[in-house]
Amino acid sequence: MDTSFAPEDIAFRDEVRAFFAEAYDAELQARLNNLETFKDAVIDWQKRLYQQGWIAPGWPKEYGGTGWNATQKFIYETERSAAGIRDVIPFGLNMVGPVIYAFGNDEQKQRFLPGILQSDDWWCQGYSEPGAGSDLASLKTRAVREGDEYVVTGAKIWTSYAQYADWIFCLVRTNSDGKKQEGISFLLIDMKSPGIKVNPIVSIDNHHSLNEVAFDEVRVPVANLIGEQDKGWTYAKALLAHERTAIAGVADSKRNLAQTREFAAREVNGGKSLLSDPLFQKRLSDIEIELMALEYTELRVLASVASGGAPGAESSLLKIKGTEMQQAVQEVRMDVAAYYQGVLPNDLAPEQLGHDFGSQARQSYMYGRASTIYGGSNEVQKNIIAKAVLGL
Amino acid sequence: MNFEFTEEQGMLRDSVARYVQDSYDFDTRCKIAASDEAMSRANWQTFAELGWLSVPFAEEHGGFGGSLVDTMVMMEEFGKGLVLEPYLATVLLFGGLLQRGGTVEQQAELIPRIIEGGCLGAFAYLERQSRYELTDIKTTASAQGDSFVLNGEKVVVFNGASADQLIVSARTRGEQSDSDGITLLLVPADAAGIERSSYRLMDGQLVANIVFKDVVVPVANIVGEQHAGLELMDAVVTAANIALAAEALGIMGQLNAKTLEYTKTRKQFGVAIGSFQALQHRMVDTFMAYEQTKSLLYRTVCELDGGGEDVAACVHALKVLVDRNAKKIFGEAIQLHGGMGLTDEMDIGHYAKRLMMINSTFGNGDYHQAQFNQLRYSA
Repeated sequence: MDTSFAPEDIAFRDEVRAFFAEAYDAELQARLNNLETFKDAVIDWQKRLYQQGWIAPGWPKEYGGTGWNATQKFIYETERSAAGIRDVIPFGLNMVGPVIYAFGNDEQKQRFLPGILQSDDWWCQGYSEPGAGSDLASLKTRAVREGDEYVVTGAKIWTSYAQYADWIFCLVRTNSDGKKQEGISFLLIDMKSPGIKVNPIVSIDNHHSLNEVAFDEVRVPVANLIGEQDKGWTYAKALLAHERTAIAGVADSKRNLAQTREFAAREVNGGKSLLSDPLFQKRLSDIEIELMALEYTELRVLASVASGGAPGAESSLLKIKGTEMQQAVQEVRMDVAAYYQGVLPNDLAPEQLGHDFGSQARQSYMYGRASTIYGGSNEVQKNIIAKAVLGL
Repeated sequence: MNFEFTEEQGMLRDSVARYVQDSYDFDTRCKIAASDEAMSRANWQTFAELGWLSVPFAEEHGGFGGSLVDTMVMMEEFGKGLVLEPYLATVLLFGGLLQRGGTVEQQAELIPRIIEGGCLGAFAYLERQSRYELTDIKTTASAQGDSFVLNGEKVVVFNGASADQLIVSARTRGEQSDSDGITLLLVPADAAGIERSSYRLMDGQLVANIVFKDVVVPVANIVGEQHAGLELMDAVVTAANIALAAEALGIMGQLNAKTLEYTKTRKQFGVAIGSFQALQHRMVDTFMAYEQTKSLLYRTVCELDGGGEDVAACVHALKVLVDRNAKKIFGEAIQLHGGMGLTDEMDIGHYAKRLMMINSTFGNGDYHQAQFNQLRYSA
């Protein structure tokens, strides 16, 4: 039992810190914060990480990963969050990439992995359907084989950034006999294919990141099938465990909590700093204490994965607690913003408005409601723990 | 002992409820929110014709002479429809200050105009640094002959963009957060030296920051006592807090009803999700949260109407419970609606955002809990 950093870990930390300080500059940040330039800025940033060799810390070295150990991954995540840098867009790098290198054939690896690593292809995820949310396996989008093609008809929903995407990875039904998990296949579909229509969904943060993607007899080459037909659920499950582990976002919560604390120190109520208010202190410490524990829960999962284990039901624990903590921090920040918490984006300068973080707090709080729903709702995660861990 | 409403109160409730149901559906409400003023002047005229704008005012000015219970009944129904027209700002805050503290001349001139729908008002009390302390006022009004000269800034003024008349809290003596030395001044919104910047909030309101630069206000425009505006503000804010709690209660009831309905129809794993015990218990919790909120609201109204000594503690407790139960109820409503609860096109998120703004008006739960603790437990 030892979690102290060795001298080479300290050197690694300094290297990461120096890189972020230099590369993540003000101009890039401004472009990331502007909806007009967001997509290009994300791609530029991810290409920069690719050039640095750090785009895929979770991938095996042979496929373009970093070869870092668990400690290095932890350090990298912590430094990234502390620098206020958002994680990479996960759909290619954290989701479909690992499925392709684990279950795809050589041709698929050669064809798709470079585009993912170099951020030349923007991926989105076609899992949920209007009638299949928590009960993902009941999905109905059909893929019927005709010669060398599948013909796909149906609809996916809650698809983040489908409006930007070049490719979508989809779970589709290829067989309706037997158990519902057993007739699902994993297909890669070119978003430019005829028959695909993307319908925007504006969410309660007043942004458009979500979409419905409708498929009307979309023809997909059989070469785009991952693994075996009807076995897609197995691949999807492996991916979901990785997704949940990543959703926890402990390092980001720590950073957001620290920032909220700074905001609170600036606020004065009745002549006293909000931060000195015992009730407020209790709200912060309730969260910080849970995060102190969660950080080590995450380390334990990371360490077990590093020594050859696969994230299993522990990833559900991380997802539940991680998202609860994200929401708790977002909620405190709204309370710090007081009556400015409702401000929508407007043309007033912060000096004229009298406030500088209300709108951002609102946006992350409102969209943050999604985190306990996506990636398998927290209720479903509890079912997984009850069944897989407790044997109920 | 009874918790029944009078026949008149029942009629008032029905009248607002019917209007909301027939003329204020969610699509209509969204269109109003997106309009230039984020409210409908035509609707406001209808409110006047239906007599709603007269409810809390004294009969001598053409009012209905209604009680706090009448206001509560209306606000609960307004809440269900997420009504955007400035009833709180114009009738309860601006009108409430005039009714309680206005001079005979001010009342005679303005209250009939409010009642007929011809005067929109706003109470400008917040400043960028003040958070929830009504006494934290940097805006100054210095006496010069028969006038005051008003300088400073008020922020997040409800209905501040559309109001014809403002009542502004200003410091006439003392230090920034002193209780003494606060004077309320009636100021026409088009007075020379006033600059308004408007912006929108997530609950659909259009609010304004208002800068006052050497605005000349006649001494005759003092509302209430010079230097002693706090007491008047407190009384009006207390009534407003109860009205807001009633609005919140209406919203919570809607959220619970809609969520319950959704869980009966949404199927996953082959059954309605409402059949899962884990979800049933949570809906029982939100049902209890609603009932508890209603009880504390009634207790507070009875305490205030009965002239009890525990009004302040009741109001603080009510704000704490509304804050806590609102978060619980809208949190569960969004969660149980799943992705649908995240969409802007569904009403669930809009109810949530209004509850959040209610919580941040006149002090959030934490603020009122500290006040409650101070009242109850400090030596």
